[in-house]
Amino acid sequence: MQGIAFLSTVAGTARAPGRLRRRLLSSSLRTTTRSYTPAAGVMTKRMNLFTAINDALRTAMDTDQSAIIFGEDVAFGGVFRCTVGLREDFGDGRVFNTPLCEQGIAGFGIGYASLGKTAIAEIQFADYIFPAFDQLVNEAAKFRYRSGNQFNCGGLTVRAPCGAVGHGGHYHSQSPEAYFTHTPGLKVVMPRSPAEAKGLLLSSIRAPDPVIFLEPKALYRAAVEEVPEGDYTIPLGRADVLREGRDVTVVGWGGQLRVLEKACDLAADEGIACELIDLRTLLPWDADTVMASVHKTGRLVVSHEAPKTGGFAAEVVAEMQERCFLFLEAPVQRVCGYDTPFPLVFEKVGREGGWEGGREGGREGGGGGGEGRGGGVG
Amino acid sequence: MYSRPLRQLVLAQRACIASITLRSTMETTAPGAQGLSPSSMMQHRLIHPLLPSSAPAASNVDAAAAATDATSVSILDHDNDNAAHPHGGSVVTSPPSIESHPAASSSPLPPPAPSSLPPSTTTTAIATNQDQSHGMYPGSSNNVLPFTSLLEVVTPEQHPTWPVYRVLEPDGRVRAGALEPQLGEATVKKMYTIMVRLQAMDTIFYNAQRQGRISFYMTSTGEEATHVGSAAALIPTDPVFAQYREGGVLMWRGFTLDQFADQCFSNCDDLGKGRQMPIHYGTAALHFQTISSPLATQIPQAVGAAYGVKLEDALQPIQQKRCVICYFGEGAASEGDFHAALNFAATLQAPVIFFCRNNGYAISTPVKDQFRGDGIVSRASGYGMHAIRVDGNDLLAVFNACQAAREVCVREGRPVLVEAMTYRVGHHSTSDDSTRYRSLVEIRKWHEHDCPLKRLRRWMEGKGWWSQEEEQQLRDEERVAVLQALERAEVKKKPGRKELFADVYKEKPRHLVEQEEELEAHVKKYPEVYGD
Repeated sequence: MQGIAFLSTVAGTARAPGRLRRRLLSSSLRTTTRSYTPAAGVMTKRMNLFTAINDALRTAMDTDQSAIIFGEDVAFGGVFRCTVGLREDFGDGRVFNTPLCEQGIAGFGIGYASLGKTAIAEIQFADYIFPAFDQLVNEAAKFRYRSGNQFNCGGLTVRAPCGAVGHGGHYHSQSPEAYFTHTPGLKVVMPRSPAEAKGLLLSSIRAPDPVIFLEPKALYRAAVEEVPEGDYTIPLGRADVLREGRDVTVVGWGGQLRVLEKACDLAADEGIACELIDLRTLLPWDADTVMASVHKTGRLVVSHEAPKTGGFAAEVVAEMQERCFLFLEAPVQRVCGYDTPFPLVFEKVGREGGWEGGREGGREGGGGGGEGRGGGVG
Repeated sequence: MYSRPLRQLVLAQRACIASITLRSTMETTAPGAQGLSPSSMMQHRLIHPLLPSSAPAASNVDAAAAATDATSVSILDHDNDNAAHPHGGSVVTSPPSIESHPAASSSPLPPPAPSSLPPSTTTTAIATNQDQSHGMYPGSSNNVLPFTSLLEVVTPEQHPTWPVYRVLEPDGRVRAGALEPQLGEATVKKMYTIMVRLQAMDTIFYNAQRQGRISFYMTSTGEEATHVGSAAALIPTDPVFAQYREGGVLMWRGFTLDQFADQCFSNCDDLGKGRQMPIHYGTAALHFQTISSPLATQIPQAVGAAYGVKLEDALQPIQQKRCVICYFGEGAASEGDFHAALNFAATLQAPVIFFCRNNGYAISTPVKDQFRGDGIVSRASGYGMHAIRVDGNDLLAVFNACQAAREVCVREGRPVLVEAMTYRVGHHSTSDDSTRYRSLVEIRKWHEHDCPLKRLRRWMEGKGWWSQEEEQQLRDEERVAVLQALERAEVKKKPGRKELFADVYKEKPRHLVEQEEELEAHVKKYPEVYGD
């Protein structure tokens, strides 16, 4: 759904050059998407997402003796293997299972962090974060403010796998970032790749504010790249421009970046040069970088897996239309999940798999996505 | 003593135990079983003189202890954490319910040799046509459970009611067999002074709200002894996580009347910078976490803090180890956070005192609409936790109980549930009129006949430590002090507008900087509306 919808959106919003220009431009527009680029001379290692997360956790535990990791099933390594080996290396006092209770996990983490220590909590699936919602929104987010800065729980980081995985259905696929971006006092981060995840997770753990760190579970095994060894951080609150382009700004985060990369490549075949931006941090989000891009391109598409209504794209779109109104050549577009619970049997319709299966006309995807959304000026 | 079949079974089991004792004498606590050595039972009795120490429970436990000591670590152990915890060998309290349990009393046998041997070895030691007396289940933290052929659905009434620990009778007499705490005259007078000050502050601040001078207030009338008795049993660095009706704890720690008043008036000296409603006190200097309105959220937080304190103080001598105390009412104990917290504390072994002020009402809701069990204390056994129920209007009993609870926390690194039975004499808050759901007769009965201050005062007078003159003088002094603090706080300025945007995060992010600039521009544009 999203690939086709995206293309129709981009085609609608972007200028459509002639066929010859398109062929000449397409190859130059298919810029290799760069992930986090380490400094020269830094050793890297091929890692997938869960290995990179594991590496970040290990680094955090090595450099901060107060750090503890806790949650359901973290002791044996975690259901996604993010905590493999950590209990053996750091001991059962610092890496331990909790009872099966998300509100307890969050509350416990807040209390531990309130002593000025580092609490790294794992929620097994983001779909199960809601029992912890009261603790996160009413307590963690307000902890510093309400105390007059006498207390804080900045040492708290809550990690949770999010996003569709192909067979997750309602309760193993959600992307709940929008609930938390609406909460002043929290930070919300979602990495797009292993190297990004390691640096962003270390920043999140070390941030003096409570952070919700959402990990796109579809990438745990599937995303593999060279990840710098050693200790490094990627700053929070700063977006990343993955590729530059003059025709349309495309904004996303997390696992959606892979879909957007492919869509931008398809657009490049049509001669459309997309500027692709990964927000990385959703709260606080880097409106300045997006604004600078939209000033240049005059067109904006924001895309996420989570349902459209009330999704975080709405925030980006609202802010950008406010700041960039006079620079816009076309209405700002959103390409998002449908406003339904995430349905198992229809997952293909909503994912890149559907697009790959039906490139010519989108047998599976077209039915779902071809709504003719590209209604802007051609 | 036993019937023949049972005797045969006992003999067979003893033979079995003897045969494996040789194999595994050096094993200590089975990770799946709570270690129950005879020596730790002795320690149990020393630490908990207040708990019933009836023989049946002891013999069951001792017998089980003997068997467990003789046997090795369960080979079925997977990720069980108990062995690895520093306090993995500590004692399990038997609450009264177990010793009277019909099923338990019908089979006072030691458990058979469990799992270090392959099952075939076990069964050859016992004749194969004998009924199994016990089974091994990974789903029980005891690992070994007795079987019964008796079909019985146990009713809640079969569990005996938890007794209320009390030292002083309401008339100030010491009860027979009760131990007065070793508190000197000066300390007791300080305790009494704090309770008087709290009453004075409650009376005057409540009236101030009625006069429109502060927006909201909650009194602690009737519960003063729960605050001071518990606070006095702690050390000053024990972190406190409270609910909202624990002003006396803060007072004991040294929070001044000015500080109380500043918070209630949300003025520029409020430590909370005017951001919260009155009575939402908090002070890092006195290790008292800022109050928040959502109920029971502080309970799992207290567990996390206790875990941290335990790690931090691991190498400290006992005298310097801290524990955490967490206060809440019986209504808040219905929240999920309560159950989450107690289970976490018992499972992760966090040194926290869960202090429940059971004052009979949650706003208008009486306890019959809140729960059907035996108060809150009865829940502890379900979590595998130490517990005690105490007369909350008896300051000496509260003090003793908290001191004993604190001992458990710092010595064993385990939580304790303390349920203080008391009565909320005042309304829930200034937004409540409790005569709408309870009778004046009931209120007066408690206030006049079971007032915690009166009880302590009568005891003090009995010891020659207090007089009517001192009473009058103290009441007058405290009243004046409260009034003066109120007046000082009332005229102070409110916090500056910059406090609106600060402290949301440690560093102000871009969007808050922009919003602040927007507000300042707006205020400047309309000085007639916003004044200076």
